[in-house]
Amino acid sequence: MKTGIALAVSAAFAAVLPTGAQAQTWEPTKNVEFIIPAGTGGGADQMVRAVQGIVAKHGLMKQSILPINKAGGAGAEGFLDVKSAAGEPHKIIITLSNLFTTPLATGVPFNWRDLTPVQMLALDNFVLWVNAKTPYKTPKEFIDAVKKAGPGKMKMGGTGAKQEDQIITAAIEQKTGAKFTYIPFKGGGAVATQLVGGHVDATVNNPIEAVAQWKGGNLRPLCVFELKRMPYKEKVTATMSWADIPTCKESGLDIDYLMLRGVFMAPGVKPEHVNYYIGLFAKVMATPEWKKLMEEGAFNITALKGREYADWVAREEARHVSLMKGAGFIAGQ
Amino acid sequence: MEEISSLIHGFGVALSPTNVALMFVGVILGVIIGVLPGLGGANGVAILLPLTFGMAQTPGGATSAIILLSCIYWGALFGGAITSILFNIPGEPWSVATTFDGYPLAQQGKAGQALTAAFTSSFIGALLAVVMITFLSPVVAKFALAFGPPEFFAVYLLTFCAFVGTSKEPPFKTLAAMMLGFALAAVGTDTVTGTLRLTFGSTHLLTGFDFLVAVIGLFGIGEILLTLEEGLAFRGASAKINSKVVLETWRELPRYWLTSVRSTLVGCFMGIVPGGATPASFMSYGVARRFSPDGAKFGTGKVEGVVAPETAAHAAGTSALLPMITLGVPGSPTAAVLLGGLMIWGLQPGPLLFVEQKDFVWGLIASMYLGNIAGLIVVLTCVPLFAAILRIPFSIIAPVIIVICAIGSFTVKNAIFDVWMMVVFGVLGYLFKKTQYPLAPLVLAIVLGDNAESAFRQAMLMSQGDLGILFANALVGTMTTLALALLGWPMISALLGKLRGKQG
Repeated sequence: MKTGIALAVSAAFAAVLPTGAQAQTWEPTKNVEFIIPAGTGGGADQMVRAVQGIVAKHGLMKQSILPINKAGGAGAEGFLDVKSAAGEPHKIIITLSNLFTTPLATGVPFNWRDLTPVQMLALDNFVLWVNAKTPYKTPKEFIDAVKKAGPGKMKMGGTGAKQEDQIITAAIEQKTGAKFTYIPFKGGGAVATQLVGGHVDATVNNPIEAVAQWKGGNLRPLCVFELKRMPYKEKVTATMSWADIPTCKESGLDIDYLMLRGVFMAPGVKPEHVNYYIGLFAKVMATPEWKKLMEEGAFNITALKGREYADWVAREEARHVSLMKGAGFIAGQ
Repeated sequence: MEEISSLIHGFGVALSPTNVALMFVGVILGVIIGVLPGLGGANGVAILLPLTFGMAQTPGGATSAIILLSCIYWGALFGGAITSILFNIPGEPWSVATTFDGYPLAQQGKAGQALTAAFTSSFIGALLAVVMITFLSPVVAKFALAFGPPEFFAVYLLTFCAFVGTSKEPPFKTLAAMMLGFALAAVGTDTVTGTLRLTFGSTHLLTGFDFLVAVIGLFGIGEILLTLEEGLAFRGASAKINSKVVLETWRELPRYWLTSVRSTLVGCFMGIVPGGATPASFMSYGVARRFSPDGAKFGTGKVEGVVAPETAAHAAGTSALLPMITLGVPGSPTAAVLLGGLMIWGLQPGPLLFVEQKDFVWGLIASMYLGNIAGLIVVLTCVPLFAAILRIPFSIIAPVIIVICAIGSFTVKNAIFDVWMMVVFGVLGYLFKKTQYPLAPLVLAIVLGDNAESAFRQAMLMSQGDLGILFANALVGTMTTLALALLGWPMISALLGKLRGKQG
């Protein structure tokens, strides 16, 4: 595993090196605003604050990074802020899936094409969790129980409305015919606690949101919404590691979903600006602190940039349009 | 007892010279942050978080880091009261209720008493909450798990009813102000359906009205407009600066022990749930107004009216750290940022933190005792200094206040639009006062309307529209019944009075 990360990182370095000379032609002349289109304490917020800490600790930049939360309108506030700052190189933004879902669900006018793609940092996994006190050991047992209880009787808790958690819930309903009552909460931590308290019957929390309660023996993971198992083999509980969680697909629930944790800039910035940040993030990703964060949150370490990154985002956008259309989440639909 | 030995060990960790120095630094920074409206405790902690990143790498460093950050939090809790009392501008949301009696006191030249009462009750509230955390954390943490959407809604309902049911204002004006508050709180993204409401296509309104901007305008700017109307004769209050004011006030405070105990209970309950410090302060003020023999005079400058919200806010602010440590659910925005800090330092909050990181947890708990003592020393020595600010003539201080208010509103979201909103709210506050509509229900509805609405709608989703869910178990049923009883209290007591009159 470790070598896998090292390879990925050195590959990232190798890819950056040819542009290294160009990258030195520009560097920030004032503090860089790192916009978070989500609230404090969530997954995106944690990642940005970790980057801020890593940059400060290793002196990777002469200026500082200032994380700013602009969570309003399901993140629209943050995206519109960056969209309107054309040509400004001292402003970067991290994305969640709300890059796609917010404009579709609310009709607020922005699109990823309005921004300049910089770098994918990682992809975040989703796991189907149930309370450890319930008898369900596999997704099939759980889904059967949901069907048996009757439509709308079992409750799925998730973060926000018409965002990733509800999209996955809708996908499960479409694939299996089971019907949940989806209950939106404001943050992933609250969602995990509601499941521990037995107020909802299942969640699709990101690993980092639920890991503490899993360790504490309060939650049970049923499957991960990935095509292959997570690679982290170190034991999290006495008996299980992240790698021991089966994929939903191998358990007969053919759904996969990953959330983008990527960086964008304002429109109309110059290539040397983009290259500077690509170089900066390559250095951040090579630090032991970053590797630790990736392992703790069981992230999928895919770090595309440039053309590949833009292509990935375009594919993902198309997928979200069809997922949200299927679920009836598009504004004015 | 195992807790005592763990705590003594914790004191050993927290009492190193570096950690004590960090406590004082943290408290002083926190007071400054608390004084500046807009720059809340959450922002202050977030700004300083990266400094602690390097700190946490050394052995025992994570403990030092959390001591620094949590002391900023204590400092901000103390500091929020200062501008509330002196200028009627709440520095933090939880000090809004402190203005109700604190500001009249200051206008009567008793700023020293009000400040001393506020700081001392904050300290007592926090201290009792820490004692509770020390001995009851495992039990209490489990209690928080019992709270789902219906329970949360019942808590908010209880806050509204405790505050409004005991109000002395005309009921229809109270209701009108509150409904306007709910309407303002509804602007922005609807959390349950994810669609936009009442934004009229304006991107500025995506986020809705920020509570702090509303409060700064309604109270701060509104107050200045009123004073201006009375003419610029206001020469600064004749605040008697008396170095003995602290001791004199302390002699008076034991009289209010019952209010303190009640407020601490309200505060601890709201912190653990976690409902937060702001509703706790409102609920506690309402309850004190109802049950105090002096209740009718609340709002005219009663020390007891300062004691109640401050005790509860600090008790809630302190006990809010408990669900953060044991459940990983932050009880306040500041706790949310601290939570992020814990994770960056490589600590995983959750049920196992008490077992895996004994040094850290007990060092933190010990620092809660010591940090609050440090805070009390810092703020009390400054009471005469703060009170002296009122001697500055109005014509000098008013422009300064307006500038600070504008900066505060701007800081909330770095948006100039909010500064204009502050002015609009200022005019609204002025009109409310001229027409004698109460501001408090409006503010309460703006700050809690959103959360109360989501909790209600989540509960309705769960029960598929059945209101019976609000009486579905003993916990939620008790809270709902209590809330309704408090709401109907004026009618019930009037009825009882009549019955008694007939018998007599």
